[in-house]
Amino acid sequence: MADLWEYRWLLLQGTGMTLLLGFSGLILSLMIGLLGASAKIGGGPVARRIAGGYTTFVRSVPDLCMMLLLFFGGQTLMNKLGAWTGWWEYIEVNAFAAGVITIAFIFGAYMTETFRGAYGSIPKGQFEAALAIGMTRRQMFRLITFPQLMGYALPSIGVNWMVLLKTTALVSVLGLHDLVFFGVSAGRSTRNPFAFLIAIMVIYLILTALSDLVLRALERRYTKGRMLRT
Amino acid sequence: MSTAPDPIADILAAITAFSETSAPIDFVLILSHWDIFLQGMLNTVALVLVGLFFGALIALPMAIARWQGMPVASPLVGAFVYVFRGTPMLVQAYVIYYGLAQFDWIRDSVLWVVLKEPWWCCAIAFAINSAAYQVEIYRGGLDAVPKGEIEATIAVGMTRTMALRRIILPSALRRCLPMIGNESLFLLHGSAIASMLTVIDVLGAGRKLNAQYYLAYEGFLAATVIYMVLVFGITRILALVERRTMQHLQPQAT
Repeated sequence: MADLWEYRWLLLQGTGMTLLLGFSGLILSLMIGLLGASAKIGGGPVARRIAGGYTTFVRSVPDLCMMLLLFFGGQTLMNKLGAWTGWWEYIEVNAFAAGVITIAFIFGAYMTETFRGAYGSIPKGQFEAALAIGMTRRQMFRLITFPQLMGYALPSIGVNWMVLLKTTALVSVLGLHDLVFFGVSAGRSTRNPFAFLIAIMVIYLILTALSDLVLRALERRYTKGRMLRT
Repeated sequence: MSTAPDPIADILAAITAFSETSAPIDFVLILSHWDIFLQGMLNTVALVLVGLFFGALIALPMAIARWQGMPVASPLVGAFVYVFRGTPMLVQAYVIYYGLAQFDWIRDSVLWVVLKEPWWCCAIAFAINSAAYQVEIYRGGLDAVPKGEIEATIAVGMTRTMALRRIILPSALRRCLPMIGNESLFLLHGSAIASMLTVIDVLGAGRKLNAQYYLAYEGFLAATVIYMVLVFGITRILALVERRTMQHLQPQAT
């Protein structure tokens, strides 16, 4: 326990990095998800193909494999492109960016499915009513589709968030200083890895419990209209 | 010495040269190391199967305890599920491989035979992690068994164990099958962390190839393709199994 106390700031710093990664990944993946879902629902045949290929690809490759491929492969690809076009010199893909992009790329696919499913749950009458009172497509999306979409998507977004948070543990492999990275290295230098690894598990459990509370509050808020109606 | 032109050798040499110099991916190099990728594939498949099997073995009694609401066991199982679903499997594997090794009494016990092997540490982590997910799946299946089926077993005078073995479990497990299929795909995805514990699984094979030849991504690309093939194969097998076990629900030709 004394070891843990001595390294408390490091663990806290790691938790901060884990949360930062998680939130950045979440926001980016939500954007990708909205884009992917709109391609799947309202896109042309090509957009639909691309979105379908994207979700199938992500679901068939392990996250760690994808992360390493994007981190190392992406860097080489960027540099080859740079050398070929002569637009930029050697660049090094920053581990944080690689981590966030990979996480967003993976969970963007899951969010795509989430939003697509949620869109299907919105009663068709809602759209018909919106058109009937003369809303433009833009107004319909902002006032009718989006608020309800969020309500229906929220439980699934919550599940995705919990998985995403755990997936951030993998970025420690890229050398990013997250919770797992600090925990493992502190465990190594104190020769007490067990205590530190258990501490990491406890911190993850606290984060999950907190997310659960927030999600429940959000869900109550976004489904208020639905509750009143029934 | 014959100097007769050998067209096949010429073509092979040309392909190799193309692969080494101009192609973006040195595919000949990957293909010539098919043996480590085969080893990786075998390790990955074996780890996933062992994890699923032992996971089911642990999960079934726990699911029954939870389903029946046993006084002490049920909350304990709930805590088990919460802890192992709420933490990354990578950390769980680290605890088993690095964490347990620090205690002398474990190093001196018979358990050390298993725990010193990274392969078995992975298998244990996969089994425990998968068990946590499988408990919820089986419990859902048990909850979905119609009340009438259970009442019927009582009506014909079956004992509780007999009813469980002959009626309730088969009915519940059949319902769980699609979910177990999903779980096996998730475990396959999760199994890539075995390469972090020095096991040569599919990803481990890719990393080994990269390290050996100072490559950036060829090994990972090959691993990605192999994983895709594995997922495709598993999906196919699952669809087949599902059709078989759900035969009685299929529309029949008359």
